[in-house]
Amino acid sequence: MRARKLLITVPALAMLAFAIVAYAQPPSGIVHPPNQESKTPLELGSELFAANCASCHGIDGRGVSPSIPVHGAGDIEGAGPDLTSAGAQAADFYLRTGRMPISHPGEEPERQRPFFSEREIGALTRYVASLGQGPPIPQPQPSSGNVSRGMELFTEHCAGCHQIVGEGGYVTNARVPVLQHASATQIAEAVRIGPYLMPSFPHSQINDRQLNSIIAYIETTKHPDDRGGLGIGHIGPVPEGIVAWLVAAIVLVGVCVLIGERARA
Amino acid sequence: MRVIRFLKGLLWLLIRLPKILYAGLLGLFGWLRAPRRERIVPERETTARAEWTVIVLLFAAAAAGLAFFVFYVVDIPSSTQFLGLALGVCLALIAAALVVAAKKLIPTEHLEESYPGEAREDEEQLLQVIHETPSGLTRRRLIASAGAAAGGALGLSLVAPAASLGPFLDTESLYATPWRAGRRLVDDRERPYLADEIVTGTFYTAYPQGADPEQLGSPIVVVRLDPSQLQLPEGRADWAPDGILAYSKICTHAGCAIGLYRNPLFPQAESKPALVCPCHYSTFDPAEGGTVIFGPAGRNLPQLPLEIDPQGGLRAAGSFSGPVGPSFWGVRTRGPSSS
Amino acid sequence: MIRSTVRFLEERTGAIPFVRKSLRYVFPDHWSFLLGEVALYSFVILIATGIYLTFFFEPSTAQTVYHGSYAPLDGQRMTEAYKSVVDISFDVKAGLLIRQTHHWAADVFVAAIVLHLIRVFFTGAYRKPRELTYIIGVLMLFISLLEGYLGYSLADDLLSGMGLAIGYSVALSIPFVGANLALLIWGGQFPGDPDFWSRMYITHVLILPVVIAALIGAHLALVASRHHTQFGTGPPRSERKLLGVPTFPGQAPRSLGLFFAVAAAVVLLGALIQINPIWLWGPYHVGQGTNGAQPDWYLGWLIGALRLVPHFDVVIANRTVVPNPFWGGALFPLIVVGALLAWPWLERRVTGDHRFHNVLERPRDRPWRTAIGAAFLTWVVLIFIVGSADRVYVLLGISYVGQIWAYRIAIWVLPVVVLLVTWRVCLSLREIEAIDQERERAEEEAERAATPVAS
Repeated sequence: MRARKLLITVPALAMLAFAIVAYAQPPSGIVHPPNQESKTPLELGSELFAANCASCHGIDGRGVSPSIPVHGAGDIEGAGPDLTSAGAQAADFYLRTGRMPISHPGEEPERQRPFFSEREIGALTRYVASLGQGPPIPQPQPSSGNVSRGMELFTEHCAGCHQIVGEGGYVTNARVPVLQHASATQIAEAVRIGPYLMPSFPHSQINDRQLNSIIAYIETTKHPDDRGGLGIGHIGPVPEGIVAWLVAAIVLVGVCVLIGERARA
Repeated sequence: MRVIRFLKGLLWLLIRLPKILYAGLLGLFGWLRAPRRERIVPERETTARAEWTVIVLLFAAAAAGLAFFVFYVVDIPSSTQFLGLALGVCLALIAAALVVAAKKLIPTEHLEESYPGEAREDEEQLLQVIHETPSGLTRRRLIASAGAAAGGALGLSLVAPAASLGPFLDTESLYATPWRAGRRLVDDRERPYLADEIVTGTFYTAYPQGADPEQLGSPIVVVRLDPSQLQLPEGRADWAPDGILAYSKICTHAGCAIGLYRNPLFPQAESKPALVCPCHYSTFDPAEGGTVIFGPAGRNLPQLPLEIDPQGGLRAAGSFSGPVGPSFWGVRTRGPSSS
Repeated sequence: MIRSTVRFLEERTGAIPFVRKSLRYVFPDHWSFLLGEVALYSFVILIATGIYLTFFFEPSTAQTVYHGSYAPLDGQRMTEAYKSVVDISFDVKAGLLIRQTHHWAADVFVAAIVLHLIRVFFTGAYRKPRELTYIIGVLMLFISLLEGYLGYSLADDLLSGMGLAIGYSVALSIPFVGANLALLIWGGQFPGDPDFWSRMYITHVLILPVVIAALIGAHLALVASRHHTQFGTGPPRSERKLLGVPTFPGQAPRSLGLFFAVAAAVVLLGALIQINPIWLWGPYHVGQGTNGAQPDWYLGWLIGALRLVPHFDVVIANRTVVPNPFWGGALFPLIVVGALLAWPWLERRVTGDHRFHNVLERPRDRPWRTAIGAAFLTWVVLIFIVGSADRVYVLLGISYVGQIWAYRIAIWVLPVVVLLVTWRVCLSLREIEAIDQERERAEEEAERAATPVAS
């Protein structure tokens, strides 16, 4: 029995150790300027930007190359892309999904609770948009899309990474996010931006009509047709195997124990 | 007359009395002994409660079985769940009834039995039969050889038709792809790709114009990189006009479609562009001619040379740099043939 | 009524003496002896549900365009095979229930075989005179894996198509004959000749089920001929005598109850938990794939092995000699099945034990066997877990590359650790037992010494 317990604990401990190493620390010291009501959005945005973003994206938003590191808040070696053509589209996406700020350049921005208030996000978005001629926040109309065509397009362009039902996945060196939490606008933004290691799909490849179809399909994956019963994650065999062993096998072994005799001394 | 008849009867009775008495005694004795045939299955004391439990369980199972029938006939939403629940509950109740019966109603006896022993005598006799049978033969070896030859030849002739299953001797077909110089790249709706619409940062799936898209050699993945970043192997300098590269979309490891393209938003701090297979995460570098940078694939991704025709359309400029698809014994690293 | 039936049968078949004997066949009573029965009953359910499915399934790769009742697939190009499975799931009454029950029964079937094998191994039930029973059992396990794989592949959805591509690559990777073999099976380069679908179909619904059924028959005949093993040697049990419950009336209701319990379990799973929702995966096309593609659980150890092997093909003079998938997809399972088949003889070689064995051993009483078995199991289970490393990364954020490297080390280190720990644990358990017995004896003696001799 002890041996079997060890069988379980050793891999579990190993995994835990990895988890601790891999777990990124949350960014320290988000600065929220005082007297926000008395400032114009652009003023507030520029203050927020200077305090929270400039160490990586440069004080003028022109980006910081890793070869000339700038030591910003928290003594982080800042580095980040040029934002002058990012526009409101990117600012809205990264801030609303809590993907920015990140604590280290090169780290994968992942979805979490936004670090800024609604007013702050609006202000920052407006400020970033003012840096150049970037694209505005897209306004997709998934209701006009065709789910079936969307599924085909999704299979061709997205399923390789995001999994066919949008349950996320893995691509070498990156964790691919689950799509169930993304709003239609956020999906449209991400398709055009190509955050982190995601490709950025131009209009020439996926036009707005096709994008609407893709989003319409993703909306259906949030509540897929589970006429078979519990969806158990919609990722196929892994959870199914877990059910086969942890439910069916255990129940049936239990029935065997009930019917048959227990070990006798 | 009457008296005589009565006396006659009495005499008859008297004579037969011992016989009658004997039969009666025998009957009594038999009644005392005969019905007591020895039981095979021991008796078991049961309780009314156990019996009633089984009865109720079985009637409940019948009800569940009927419910299945009703659910089947009547149209209802979530029918899979209702049908399954009815049937499953019916089966579970029968199982429960049987288990209760086994535990409380059915006599349980423990029997002893001997494990089977050995049958040495039979073995000996069998061997004897085998040894004695060919005693009249003088050319045993020859007969054995002839028998083996006949059997072998028959076996061979019976196996031979299996060759009709597939062209198993001609592995040349594994090198075939529909791509050849001048073939246009089209999308899944047969629309030709133009060089201008291929931009950096994304990937395109293309097929050979007019060929079967479901062939292993058909699908390719097209990406555009900054020409200054390319480090293609020798001899491929002109394979990527304007930095447009094409690779087979089929992983050289296990044949899955390479549906993943990672493309860094901020290349200075993030992983470089790569093509990735979703089955075992083999990762290929498009800038260096499809070399493997992670995962189990053992062979580079075959590259397809491209050219831009005068109308700006993308066409293949030749065939792949190596055989398409998973590797096999003796696969040459030479380019595949065009079919 | 019963009497006349029995008489009728006896007069026409002469089978009654045999029936009487079989009804009084003795089953030793222990719950772990029922695991094999669970597998048997799953098989029966697989046959029953499978027959129903054949009435609706269309084994054809002919292309068609879907215009059925599931809107998200409307207008998509697909094969008749895939379309018919969607139709079974949506348009055939009770079709989805039967399909899901069939799939769950397959998952349970293999799980029960594995549990049964583990019980047989760790109690030494495979020893003389039951080696053949054991060999047939191991063969059935591996044939069942192939059978399950074919069933999974027939649906021609996105996942099964990727699985077939991998199977093709593994066949192709076998040294010397791989290319010929793959071409023979598929009738050409992947995805193969249209005939390939009818080949898979007939193999799945006829050839392999018949083979498995025949092997089950042989397995059970051998069990009956050599009788069951039993636990314990307390009298009257011994190597020569077994004690147990007769088939009828003792064992029959329990066994039948177990059958209904297995049926209930898989039907309830089929009703309540969705399995392989192929309408969500969409149809397969050679040029398409999805992230997180996995086979059913019983082939997870192979995908784990395929992902674990570092990247290299053995290449000599510009020709590939051993392609990469061979290691994980072919050699690894061959090693596992080879080790399992050879084990009874390997053990005999070491122990030199040629005696008959009818009484089972407790794992602790054979520390080396238990330790080697536990280490081997650890090895296979670890490689099995590798198959889900990508989902672990998605779920828990543990780096995939880090996991792969950790596993590459762990699969060699952990089995050794388990080997030593298990061995040590077995020894300690026996020592503790010995001490307990010693103490009991001493206490008894002390008690006897303390009681006055007056009586």
